[in-house]
Amino acid sequence: MNGTLDVILRLVAVLVVFLVLPLVVGQTEHKVMAHMQGRLGPMYAGGFHGWAQLVADGVKFAQKEDVVPEGADRRIFQLAPVVSLLPYLLVMIAIPVGPHGFVGQSIDAGLFFVLAVMGVGVLGSLMAGWASANKFSLLGGLRTAAQLMAYELPMLLAGASVAMAAGTLSLPGIVQAFHWWWIPWQIVGGVVFFTAGLAELQRPPFDMPVADSEIIFGAYTEYTGLRFAMFLLAEFAGIVVLCALTSVLFLGGWHGPWSGSLGWLWTLVKTGLLAFVVIWLRVTYPRLREDQLQKLAWTVLIPLALAQIALTGIVKVVTS
Amino acid sequence: MTLAAGHPGFMSPTGVEIAFVLVGIATLGAALVTVTTKQLVHAALWLVVALGGFAVEYLLLTAEFIAWVQVLIYVGSVVVLLLFGLMLTKAPIGRSPDADSGNGWVALVVAVAAAATLVWVVVDAFRSTWVDLGGAAQGSAKVTGAILFRHWVLPFEALSVLLLAALVGAIVLSKRGAPARRSLLSKSEALPMRGVPSERKARES
Repeated sequence: MNGTLDVILRLVAVLVVFLVLPLVVGQTEHKVMAHMQGRLGPMYAGGFHGWAQLVADGVKFAQKEDVVPEGADRRIFQLAPVVSLLPYLLVMIAIPVGPHGFVGQSIDAGLFFVLAVMGVGVLGSLMAGWASANKFSLLGGLRTAAQLMAYELPMLLAGASVAMAAGTLSLPGIVQAFHWWWIPWQIVGGVVFFTAGLAELQRPPFDMPVADSEIIFGAYTEYTGLRFAMFLLAEFAGIVVLCALTSVLFLGGWHGPWSGSLGWLWTLVKTGLLAFVVIWLRVTYPRLREDQLQKLAWTVLIPLALAQIALTGIVKVVTS
Repeated sequence: MTLAAGHPGFMSPTGVEIAFVLVGIATLGAALVTVTTKQLVHAALWLVVALGGFAVEYLLLTAEFIAWVQVLIYVGSVVVLLLFGLMLTKAPIGRSPDADSGNGWVALVVAVAAAATLVWVVVDAFRSTWVDLGGAAQGSAKVTGAILFRHWVLPFEALSVLLLAALVGAIVLSKRGAPARRSLLSKSEALPMRGVPSERKARES
């Protein structure tokens, strides 16, 4: 029974992290964006610098009416937010936080598990785009699919490079094998992975699929209330997952001074810094056009990822 | 492949075997709905369920690596490509009765013949061989990689050449069709958007 209790405790911990960290990122986004643009951002909810703004937003979303358009495909329309949110919860189970088994569940082919399940989340956007019976939603769905197909490949290739370097597909195993000189060695792969991940999450500057000035809100145009909130939560959970994965794969996860006792803190700090970069990029860069998106993926990121794999292979052969 | 001592019978199934059969039935059901449903996009989504069912079956057979690759390639990429293609057509919400080619019976015969061949090959090859899944994981990434690159290198390389040929072929086809495609594009732009109720009604009447 001790084993069962252990599993339940781990799952509850993952669930709590899944519910808290995306909100923290969301609140940080409000405040960081505001200060970068010379505003204050939310200041009233909760008292101190508007810390409870997202809780208030959640209450607001829960009160709103859940509208399904008349011409929509009801069941698929209602299922889509769940399909887009759940994969990120599953992915979080496999991400190692600290040494000595500080992970929801260690999976042998963890890297593949994570990338595979993250790819499933995009099906939610496609379902939403098609089932809404709205031309803007359909355009958003189309753009999502085109973007995913272009950016999944460089992400996989960059991930494969790290797996080659570590000689394992298990995420804790990869962090275990990390040395400081991996950072300069794998830096190109890291940048490719992070960029492709941003595109997969449809974050600016890769937010063509939800471009609000062109197609309202893409695949999510027709959504209201809690279902819309689930799409938003999926976006923030995606940021957390992407940043945690990048720090685990390319920045050494829990490695750092006193990693024996403070390893989890290092993972969190690295993840937080990357999340800040994600927000920073949103405020800094204008949206890429569709042709620029595709060109960036196929003529820059994929060759870079392939070069990184070649470099990894050469170094691996020379040093072993 | 280890022959276990004794003969575990088919009449005393373990929990994993029961789960395997149940998931198999669900997968078969999803596959049947995929080919019989009249709603195009629903067919693609039921295909997701069927392919996901396969992944679960692989997991139950402890082929963990194959299972995640199945999800990554088929659910994550092939189905997305399918949906992308369907969105480019005017796949309507609701039934599309004109989407039936009338070749259902031929397809059924081919499917049954293919299934019979596969089942016969598998039964003939293994007969009463009992693979013990309880020991070291047979389907882990390490074992799969070792088998693939020690025993099956030649087929693996042949497959990659085949894929390369397909890639080159696709590029050649798209290059040759370039002048003709322009006229096609302008024609499709003149067609009304899919899914807007008033226009759909107009088309149906």
